[in-house]
Amino acid sequence: MTFWRRATPPREATPHPVPVEQPVPHELGAAPHGQEEIGKDGEPRRTPLRPLAQILWARNEGQNPDGIAQANLTKRNAAIADRSRTRAQGRLFMLGIGFFCAFSMIGLRMGHLAASDPVAPRASFSGANIDSTRADIVDRHGRLLATNLPTHSLYAQPHHMIEPEKAAAALAEIFPDLNAAKLKEQFTGARKFVWIKRTLSPEQMQAVHDIGEPGLLFGPREMRLYPNGALAAHILGGTSFGAEGVHSAEVIGIAGIEKALDARLRDPAQAGDPLRLSLDLTVQSTFEQVLHGGMVLMNAKGAAGVLMDAHTGEIVAMASLPDFDPNDRPAALTSGDASDSPLFNRAVQGLYELGSTFKPFAAAQALELGLVNAQTPIDTTSPLVWGKFKIRDFRNYGPSLSLTDVIVKSSNTGTARLARDIGGVRQRAFLDALGLLDPVPIELVEAGSARPQFAERWSEIHTFTISYGHGISSSPLHLAAAYAPLVNGGHKVTPTLVQRSRAAPIPAGAQVLRPEVSRAVTDMMAQVVERGTARFAQVEGYPVAGKTGTAEKPLSRGGGYHEDKVIASFAAGFPADDVRYVLVVALDEPVETSGEEPRRTAGWTAVPVAAEIVRRTAPLMGLLPEIDVEAPPGLIRTSN
Amino acid sequence: MTEMVYGTVRTRTGEPILPRWWRTVDRWTIVCIFALFGIGLLLGLAASAPLAEKHSFAPTHYVERQALFGAMGLTAMILLSMLPPEAIRRLATLGFVAAFVALALLPIFGQDFGKGATRWYSLGFATLQPSEFLKPVYVVFCAWLIAASSEVSGPPGKTVTLALTGVVVGLLAIQPDFGQSALILFSWGVMYFVAGAPMFFLIALAFAVLGAGMLAYNSSEHFARRIDGFLSTEVDPTTQLGYAANAIREGGFLGVGIGEGAVKWSLPDAHTDFIIAVAAEEFGLLLVLVIIGLYFTVVFRSLARLIVERDPFVRLAGCGLVSIFAVQAMINMGVAVRLLPAKGMTLPFVSYGGSSLLAGGITLGMLLALTQKRPQGAIRDAFRGGAL
Repeated sequence: MTFWRRATPPREATPHPVPVEQPVPHELGAAPHGQEEIGKDGEPRRTPLRPLAQILWARNEGQNPDGIAQANLTKRNAAIADRSRTRAQGRLFMLGIGFFCAFSMIGLRMGHLAASDPVAPRASFSGANIDSTRADIVDRHGRLLATNLPTHSLYAQPHHMIEPEKAAAALAEIFPDLNAAKLKEQFTGARKFVWIKRTLSPEQMQAVHDIGEPGLLFGPREMRLYPNGALAAHILGGTSFGAEGVHSAEVIGIAGIEKALDARLRDPAQAGDPLRLSLDLTVQSTFEQVLHGGMVLMNAKGAAGVLMDAHTGEIVAMASLPDFDPNDRPAALTSGDASDSPLFNRAVQGLYELGSTFKPFAAAQALELGLVNAQTPIDTTSPLVWGKFKIRDFRNYGPSLSLTDVIVKSSNTGTARLARDIGGVRQRAFLDALGLLDPVPIELVEAGSARPQFAERWSEIHTFTISYGHGISSSPLHLAAAYAPLVNGGHKVTPTLVQRSRAAPIPAGAQVLRPEVSRAVTDMMAQVVERGTARFAQVEGYPVAGKTGTAEKPLSRGGGYHEDKVIASFAAGFPADDVRYVLVVALDEPVETSGEEPRRTAGWTAVPVAAEIVRRTAPLMGLLPEIDVEAPPGLIRTSN
Repeated sequence: MTEMVYGTVRTRTGEPILPRWWRTVDRWTIVCIFALFGIGLLLGLAASAPLAEKHSFAPTHYVERQALFGAMGLTAMILLSMLPPEAIRRLATLGFVAAFVALALLPIFGQDFGKGATRWYSLGFATLQPSEFLKPVYVVFCAWLIAASSEVSGPPGKTVTLALTGVVVGLLAIQPDFGQSALILFSWGVMYFVAGAPMFFLIALAFAVLGAGMLAYNSSEHFARRIDGFLSTEVDPTTQLGYAANAIREGGFLGVGIGEGAVKWSLPDAHTDFIIAVAAEEFGLLLVLVIIGLYFTVVFRSLARLIVERDPFVRLAGCGLVSIFAVQAMINMGVAVRLLPAKGMTLPFVSYGGSSLLAGGITLGMLLALTQKRPQGAIRDAFRGGAL
């Protein structure tokens, strides 16, 4: 039994004269009779003495103390109940307001919905929405290179089929590549969903409609269309379906720029904004046509070419042959050499020892370092012996040649001696500055893996061989990018396929050569065309400055070179007096057989092809031919 | 003498049952409930015909069943509303034990009817969903314990009921039936709130519910799909929600006309979970507002009565019951208008469903019994003089 200090009468109805003892005045004041004294925690304050006194008093009076305690308890419960009731009143009121708000909100929302227009069902998925938007790709003049075409996929829901056997037979008739027996097995099995075709032509779709089978259904989707077929195939790459749903399918890039810029192309915010490439559709078409003709004429197994703006690095045309149709991408080779697949982009992925086309780099660096000038005689005694290696020239050019003639006649020994004077460390730094030692950062997914190959330990013999393009493998695109400073006044360019807006032009790259060095090297290369190895590159009206390169292909097992398999390349800038474009043409295993013995050198194979490219594309790019106004009028000697 | 021969005239000691019931019961609530049931039958005539056709029943098969169950439910409501609060408390306690056992045995004996959740007992002629019956008796039982805890030396009712709520919610979650879990939790929260919960604790509880929801989202495919469907900004018209929203739009303010609606052909649950969409489509916003008004009238009448109630048990049990009734209606309609994620919850008295109707009758019967007019000791207060 708990004794409580303030035992007031048990009930109001029966007031009981409780003698109030006198201990603490403020307590008395706070609690007149009939009131409970309540502490801040809601419990009556207890003191041990008073209940005892009270009970003593009750005993004295002959009353039952239990009754007093009970009355006390009742009193307290009543007080608690009163207090909780007031609190509950407030809270119930809040609850009522809450319910009122909730019901009003539902009512308002109903009204809002009822007032809005019903929407026709659209194809979309909750949760897993497949976004099929993909921006178009156009060339520098806005001509279409890649777009989307609405089409349909075909799928079956066998449990809705009426005559599965008949449907299977009819489908096999429409699509010869489908197997009726297999379809029948799928349609009569337990599956409830079967994909049949990813894309349909309108005629095929109508034919499937005509079967009249309710279990055959069409799903709308978009497919990627390359209206120019194989044109610029390696640049565009191709697409495939990603996440596929009944209502739409994701179109994702799997190669080329479609993959490299997949995020940009699929960005819904830029879906209406086509991706504008630096390519020129007409030039690209001509370029491919000439390159293909040259490849056939020169009996080459492959060809690659890059035509690049020498100042901005914008690729105007780039091709690799043989090519493919990105609308119907062939499967990747599962065996053999990947570089034999038409999917292989020789211009970007093909790493070749490009031979003598590297010689102008050595000449340029020697000029830049002030070691020589264009007329300095260079020792060209052949052979040049370094350890067990002997470096020879194609022909013996005598004891010395001027620097210009070293390039014009393409002397290996002369270039190697230049490189020796430059030194391996400076040579490596220069090639690195030209971008020849790293993958080209172009917007093609394949470019990232095309890292030039060279011996990591750059010894003196490597310095020698690399100076004339052996012992280092790089792609034609590398070569084009590295040639730009040789001919454009000396600043580095970064090749790009995306046309920059005029508002944000490409910033000029770092100056790697002095302008006068660039001019001197261009002049040397102009003489290569004029009187050297590239005389076939003389194009009427368009002076060309370039350098040939004929490199024997290394044996696939290593340890030596093929005798009769070469990579013939020609790297050039044109027009020579004010270079606007850099052109690189490389032929894989060309043989020119019009003469008495097969000719494989670049001067006979790559150069004529490059000349034809210049002849055909320069006017397309708006270059005016140089007309010799000082030619004497009157009698003109003609010849064929 | 006459009295000696014939015995005394029999006199009643108390007031006759029916007059007293009629005098004290909240007649407005009864009218509202009957109106809701009537609307439910009317809508059922349209909404359940496609389903009946699909199962090769007579077109009015489901309406007849609903009328039968409804009659049972309403009878139960009237009978229960005549009982005194003490009897309600006793019956509810017994009922709670029975329903709790039934719920606990569901994983062993229950049926899922291919809906991905084990919630039903099959009785042959009908199915029984124990969680529907559990709700009202749980509320009354908890109210009893919580009310008792406020007495001096009372049991620790709040703690005990919280633990009990945890167990019940756990049992519901393994079915899974997150809608009923939420309802149980909410009703406990309301009772605890009215019983004088510290505000801090309520806020903590809200966060706990949020956390549990996230956990359920991450661990339950069933739950995650529905939340995803709700959260995606674009509603797919081929989902139930899409059909429901479209139906409300089609209906406009006055509806497309009786029997003219199309949504009932597309929605498998048109006669239960999405009955409000059928109402909105065929009768327009007008009927929807009438339905909302009826629900709110019941809620308002009950709360207005409970606000003056002296007995803590009656107060707590009453507001618990009225909140499960109101919240169930709100959840059902909130889903149809995409204020809430999809939940399998019926619209009380309007949706088809035997368990739902019977349990609804029991809920409202208990509520009516508790909200009967009773003397509240106001005069006693007056005599007590100056108290509060």
